[in-house]
Amino acid sequence: MCINCGCAGTPGEEHHHHHEHDHGARTLRIEEDLLAKNDRLAAGNRALFARSGLFVLNLVSSPGSGKTTLLERTLTDLRGKLAFAVLEGDQQTSRDADRIAATGVPAVQINTGAGCHLDAHMVAHGVEAFGLAGTDVLMIENVGNLVCPASFDLGEDHKVALLSVTEGEDKPLKYPQMFRAATLMVITKTDLLPHLDFDLERCKAFARQINPQIKILELSCRSGAGLAEWYGWLEEGVRQKSKEP
Amino acid sequence: MMKASRCDRYLPQTSCFAMHELSLTQSLVAIAEEHALKAGASSIRAIVVEVGELSGAIPEALEFAFDVCSKGTLAEGAALVIHRTPGHGRCAACGQDAACHEPIALCPLCGALAFAIDQGTELRVLELEID
Repeated sequence: MCINCGCAGTPGEEHHHHHEHDHGARTLRIEEDLLAKNDRLAAGNRALFARSGLFVLNLVSSPGSGKTTLLERTLTDLRGKLAFAVLEGDQQTSRDADRIAATGVPAVQINTGAGCHLDAHMVAHGVEAFGLAGTDVLMIENVGNLVCPASFDLGEDHKVALLSVTEGEDKPLKYPQMFRAATLMVITKTDLLPHLDFDLERCKAFARQINPQIKILELSCRSGAGLAEWYGWLEEGVRQKSKEP
Repeated sequence: MMKASRCDRYLPQTSCFAMHELSLTQSLVAIAEEHALKAGASSIRAIVVEVGELSGAIPEALEFAFDVCSKGTLAEGAALVIHRTPGHGRCAACGQDAACHEPIALCPLCGALAFAIDQGTELRVLELEID
């Protein structure tokens, strides 16, 4: 028997193999997760955020679902109640961070260039610009993309997935990884519902098929409908976080 | 009603899907190189990875990205061997085990929203063959 691969060679015959023998080769058993490095860095971020008692949200959605608008409205309405800091992820420009900074909240823009998501390493350096002491909530607005940000833990407490009513109600089925990873789904732009065929109940049912535990809020930054529930959820999260040792 | 056919052979090369695999493949090459260097290897002949059916990563896109990411590293020219782990789970309502092909909580057998996936989300480097 051949000691290299265990095949049954006939004695006396020349030993032919279909594959080449790698006499110098060694096999290393590794079993390391592809995202292990990001996960390690995310754990470091999480520990840092916990030390500061910071409640951290990772906002994810398709481009144009209203992440920046929801942030602008939230920062303005909760001014004086909660202290925020914002990390803005976009491929290019500081337009979003400029919009946030206009509300008076400290904002840092991270440009990912060709990259389509934020990772834990970018966030670790992004927060260096803030004095985290005295901050209640760190909002991380991810790059508009429902695919890649699902895989990359940033050290957040929750992923919040936004879905606007101008998108398809079946998006949770089409991008299941994201809606599975999210704690909360926020359906935005609900003031437009009378003009659209968007079936709200179907959308919620689809989201629960992917993630039965997902919490769902509906709101409109334009009319203000539903914002009170969103603020309530945020304030409860901050309260819980500050109680943790 | 006619059902549209699905094309699973499509290999995105410029879209975000390939982008996603590009970042995963960069980690893959980095992990392989780190372990190979530690073991004193001069080159990597093969990298065996496990890609779960429900992991969200497309094997063909990983292969495509691998050629790009491995250039100039110890893994250049290495064979990328992909083990595909099938999706599997168990329903808390009907108690049955079942195969599943989407990361979804709907039990394929009884339809309850209580299907817990226990296999198929893997994304790991299993082993290396080094010189």
